[in-house]
Amino acid sequence: MQRQVALIKQSLFDQGYLDEQFMELEELQDDVNPNFVEEVATLYFKDSARLINSIDQALERGSFDFNRLDNYMHQFKGSSSSIGASKVKTECTMFREYCRVGNAEGCLMTFQQVKKEHATLRKKLEHYFQASQ
Amino acid sequence: MAGEVPNLEASKLTALVVDDNFVNQSVHHKLLDRLGIKNDVVSNGQEAVDVHCSGRNYDLILMDMDMPIMNGIQATRRLREMGIESKIAGVTTRAEEEEVKEFMEAGLNDFQEKPLTISKLVSILHNLELYVQT
Repeated sequence: MQRQVALIKQSLFDQGYLDEQFMELEELQDDVNPNFVEEVATLYFKDSARLINSIDQALERGSFDFNRLDNYMHQFKGSSSSIGASKVKTECTMFREYCRVGNAEGCLMTFQQVKKEHATLRKKLEHYFQASQ
Repeated sequence: MAGEVPNLEASKLTALVVDDNFVNQSVHHKLLDRLGIKNDVVSNGQEAVDVHCSGRNYDLILMDMDMPIMNGIQATRRLREMGIESKIAGVTTRAEEEEVKEFMEAGLNDFQEKPLTISKLVSILHNLELYVQT
């Protein structure tokens, strides 16, 4: 079972979904907080869902306030970075680049990627945490 | 994580985490806990100022830059104007030279790029002479 969990985790790193920051968080787990990483992940997905919703609404309105969009994505990128969500972070960076140059189409396209990577990571981490129980 | 994690509980250091992001609050709080540093968490620069106005004081303040209501640069300036001499370390994802310069000039003692790790935190403590490796 332990080996299975280790393999799942290794594949998350090998496939670039997670980076070394995730390992830093695992190092913080102890007897007092044995589920620290799962708790932080839950917090992350709750917070990022809110940000995704805000960006979705802003884009649906057709409102390309690039400053505002960039601010949302700055927060999203920050959280993603803190949890080691590597692919999500990369897509966030791309989105911010499009905001910087005022490219609406680029923003729309990259945002779909952000959501896709976010959803994939969520599924994979849920599977990992379940296997770790 | 390379090397042993120091336990600074005996030093009775205290810290304040100033960050509007819940994930970062949780991680930074836990990082400090792991080092044995008692710490409080607030969500923006205004709350950081308010907590000092209420009489609390800390050895170390981990100050995020981008926050609503009062950002890290404004809060750092305000705290220094108030005569707060705590060590303040700016912690932010923004690493453009101009932005870091402005943040440092507001009154920081040190600066680290996020995401924060145990190593980076130990480096901050070492740079600010709050921890001396034996």
